[in-house]
Amino acid sequence: MRQPWQRVRITRFLVGALTGTLVLASALIAHAADPIKIGFGMALTGGLSANGKPALLAIQIWKDDINKKGGLLGRPVELVFYDDQTNPATVPGIYTKLLDVDKVDLVISGYGTNLIAPLLPIAMERKLTLMGMFGLANNEKYQYPNYFQIQPAGPDPQTSTAIGFFELAARQNPKPQTVAMVGADAEYPQNALVGARELVKKFGFKTVYDKTYPPSTVDYTPIVRAIKATNPDIVFVASYPPDSVGMLRAAHEVGLQPKILGGGMVGLMFTTVMTSMGPMLNGIVNYDFWAPEPTFLAMPGIKEFLKEYQARAEKAGVDPLGYYLPPYSYALVQVLGQAVEATKGLDQQKIADYIRTHEFNTIVGKVKFGKNGEWATGRTLMVQYQKIQGTGIEQFRGPGKKIVLWPDDLKSGSIIYPYAAALK
Amino acid sequence: MIAWDLLANAVVAGLLLGGFYAAVSLGVSIIFGLLDIANIAQPAFLILGSYAAYVMNSTFGLDPILTGLLFTPVFYLLGAAVYRVYYGSFERRGEESLRGLVFFFGLLFIIEVSLSLKFGVDYRLVQAGYIGKSIQFGGVGIAYRLLVPCLVGLAMTLALHLFLGRTFYGRAIMAVSQDRLALRLMGANPVQIKTVAFGIGIAAASLAGALLVTITPVIPSSDRDYIGRMFAITVLGGMGSIGGTLVAAVILGVIESLMATFYGPSWSLAVSFGILLIALAVRPAGLFGR
Amino acid sequence: MPQAARTLAVGLAVVAAGILIASLRVNPYLYFAGYVIFQYIVIATAWNILGGYAGYVNFGTPAFFALGAYTAVFLIQSIRAPLPVLILAGGLVSALLGLGIGYLTLRLRGVFFSIATLALSIVLQTMIINWEYVGGSRGLSVIRPSSPPFGSYVTFLFTVMVLLAVLAVTAARFIERSWIGRGLAALRDNEEAAECMGVPTLRLKLFATTISGFLLGVAGAPFPYYVTFVEPNSAFNLDYAVNALAMPMIGGTTSWIGPVIGAVLLGSAQQLATVTISSEMNLFIVGVVLVAFVVLAPEGILGLVRRLRGRSS
Repeated sequence: MRQPWQRVRITRFLVGALTGTLVLASALIAHAADPIKIGFGMALTGGLSANGKPALLAIQIWKDDINKKGGLLGRPVELVFYDDQTNPATVPGIYTKLLDVDKVDLVISGYGTNLIAPLLPIAMERKLTLMGMFGLANNEKYQYPNYFQIQPAGPDPQTSTAIGFFELAARQNPKPQTVAMVGADAEYPQNALVGARELVKKFGFKTVYDKTYPPSTVDYTPIVRAIKATNPDIVFVASYPPDSVGMLRAAHEVGLQPKILGGGMVGLMFTTVMTSMGPMLNGIVNYDFWAPEPTFLAMPGIKEFLKEYQARAEKAGVDPLGYYLPPYSYALVQVLGQAVEATKGLDQQKIADYIRTHEFNTIVGKVKFGKNGEWATGRTLMVQYQKIQGTGIEQFRGPGKKIVLWPDDLKSGSIIYPYAAALK
Repeated sequence: MIAWDLLANAVVAGLLLGGFYAAVSLGVSIIFGLLDIANIAQPAFLILGSYAAYVMNSTFGLDPILTGLLFTPVFYLLGAAVYRVYYGSFERRGEESLRGLVFFFGLLFIIEVSLSLKFGVDYRLVQAGYIGKSIQFGGVGIAYRLLVPCLVGLAMTLALHLFLGRTFYGRAIMAVSQDRLALRLMGANPVQIKTVAFGIGIAAASLAGALLVTITPVIPSSDRDYIGRMFAITVLGGMGSIGGTLVAAVILGVIESLMATFYGPSWSLAVSFGILLIALAVRPAGLFGR
Repeated sequence: MPQAARTLAVGLAVVAAGILIASLRVNPYLYFAGYVIFQYIVIATAWNILGGYAGYVNFGTPAFFALGAYTAVFLIQSIRAPLPVLILAGGLVSALLGLGIGYLTLRLRGVFFSIATLALSIVLQTMIINWEYVGGSRGLSVIRPSSPPFGSYVTFLFTVMVLLAVLAVTAARFIERSWIGRGLAALRDNEEAAECMGVPTLRLKLFATTISGFLLGVAGAPFPYYVTFVEPNSAFNLDYAVNALAMPMIGGTTSWIGPVIGAVLLGSAQQLATVTISSEMNLFIVGVVLVAFVVLAPEGILGLVRRLRGRSS
């Protein structure tokens, strides 16, 4: 029978041994599984969350894919992210926490010009490689060499939205003469309008209407009527989702039928908008970055990605088709991952130099960066909605309803011109 | 050189918009105009009504306005409950002004964020047979999407006007806003009367919300666009005057429409509030106020 | 006067502590989070001078804050003015706005003042959106000055904000204990009675709106350098309105300590929540806590503490 004091001693020894073993073991395990952390803020709430949440899902799919193949540099990849609430004021705090408390190895940006803007000075200060997710002309003021933008706007971001639109218009015979342009008082539409004005001059059109409206406008009919009164051949609209819908509905009610209508209407490519607007979209020529047309579906890895995304989308409560931002978000981390593997390390400068000088194969095709970190050649598409019937979602899943008109090397069909012809 | 048909269209569009704005402001007109309770949460109830219409429309294909009508009893009870809490916590203790305002502000936030958590931030729209069609009168086109809400708004205003003028409860509500003691002497319980009135105000939000989602897509934070408009219209029209609310709503709608057509829409919303600020400075009782 | 000397000493001690923390160059995240919390101390204190002391609820906090920020942006763009000038200018412009709104609603009841402040935010935001020089709706990037004290500009801003918070709280405390504070309290409890007693209510109202506006503008002026990108939606964010209300309500509106308590508690909780749970829940919680406090503990934490003390003694 052991004495109490002996029992205490044995217990203490056992506890000590166990603890020591555990500590040693966890140290070994932790070191072996030492993850590579990628940190970012993302718009999970607020105005841009309709795109931010799908983007996050795409990045998470990439993380799962890369971890299935053994991770980066043999180490598992871990994502550390916080909600930036579509509020630029949160960005400095979030990224400082990521860098100084969470000690992430790599950073990428959140979604949107306004959320990338406050991040650039931080990246510059800390000499980080910064991958940007869909921001327009963020780097023009700073010209930071280690910034790279996945949006295919190209070397002239401001005209990138409108160039295809006006070029298509200029090609038509007889050439249309007059332009009406209108847009929301918000970041992307205003940028698009600045570009549009430049292009109008370049192509020699005449502006007959050029106004903006506040995003909280309830009724667009007065605006559309005023536009109709100027009898324009071309109507260029730069709008955010609610106003895109409002303008389009008003256009149908007022009977606005220029020869070509559309341009920079954000939101038309969202599945919820496509399925509720249905045939009202027919004939609209709009900017886009991705379409389920043969040229895009043939790119390596995209079909597998979309299958995985669409399977997870419903549960995640995000856009069910994912035909806008998600492929590019995936491509963004693909580029970063490939650069890390190629430089065999986490040296920020080496990674940046590699990205700047190489072409990448991604699920959105070949990506090469040029001036200010934008794509060396712009690839903003002009698509036209054609032959949409009813409001079912299945017609949008495959090719045939959103035809790529421009650029020519990615064309998948011809324009129906004038606009009225597509409405029949 | 004024384009007459453009002007005519702008004015008509403004009138239609005004009818809708009247529907939106009726709740505040009753609750703030008559009961003197600054219910800042009213826009949140409005959006709640919009989402109710959206859910019914997307699940059962129910016409949004029908949903709005069907849900009025639900919203009435909700309003009555909110008032009871408000009364018990503030009015009885006589501390209404500061704390009551804050209470409603918190309520606004809770409702907005709950909708955000449940439905996310995608824009929600409804389908109805008459959306997208319009009729023409001479050179003036009228979209059903705006006409129907306007007519409903006018009907609501008329119904409330009759209710307040002709029924017992209605007159009691008018009385409680003017003289509580006299009301007690008449044998009615002011708290009961106010509960009814508050409930009606929130019920109005249900229907107005359905009208809103018919006209334009909504997201949970759409309520913020209406906080100012609702109060501006109620104050401009005059506290306690339902008819005044309608007139003010139409004025606001027409001004917004004219600004949007001729000058450029950027300033139309600001101009409306500028008018409110001037009205407060010059004639705070509003156009038809007591 | 020992009272004033003591206040001065405490104030200086806090500022010194701030500078010390800054020079230690601890984890940079502390300065970013700390800046926001001290900013809210200023905002909550400013709001409370008008809301808690005088009983006039300002829903337009974002207007005053953003005006301070955009005044700074304008001066940075035009003459690259140094920070003290930005702060002073931001404060003065917002003070003028406060004076204007106060004057406009001078003879009206408090609730009309509140509605006017709602309208104010919208009008001001529209004006800024249409003013291209300060970025309009597209926003403007601002480059921080180089070679700041303490090595990092945000660390420097942190100490500046500590100083501003001390100044704001000192001002509030001074007002509270002076005849102005007593006059405002009389105004809050019953404006008509106060007038009959000879309290110069109109002048006090104007004083309160002006000083509240001044402090809000002061809080907004360093914002462009903190965030480096200013655009109307985030400058006029409704969160400022809710927090300006919630922090004094939760802390207690009757004394200068209340807003400080509320700002520290709620501000820290929000900073923590931003980097832990989803921020929708964060807002939801703020709303619920606000309503709970206003219904159950209308005098805030201060009131609760007083009640507890009252019971034990």
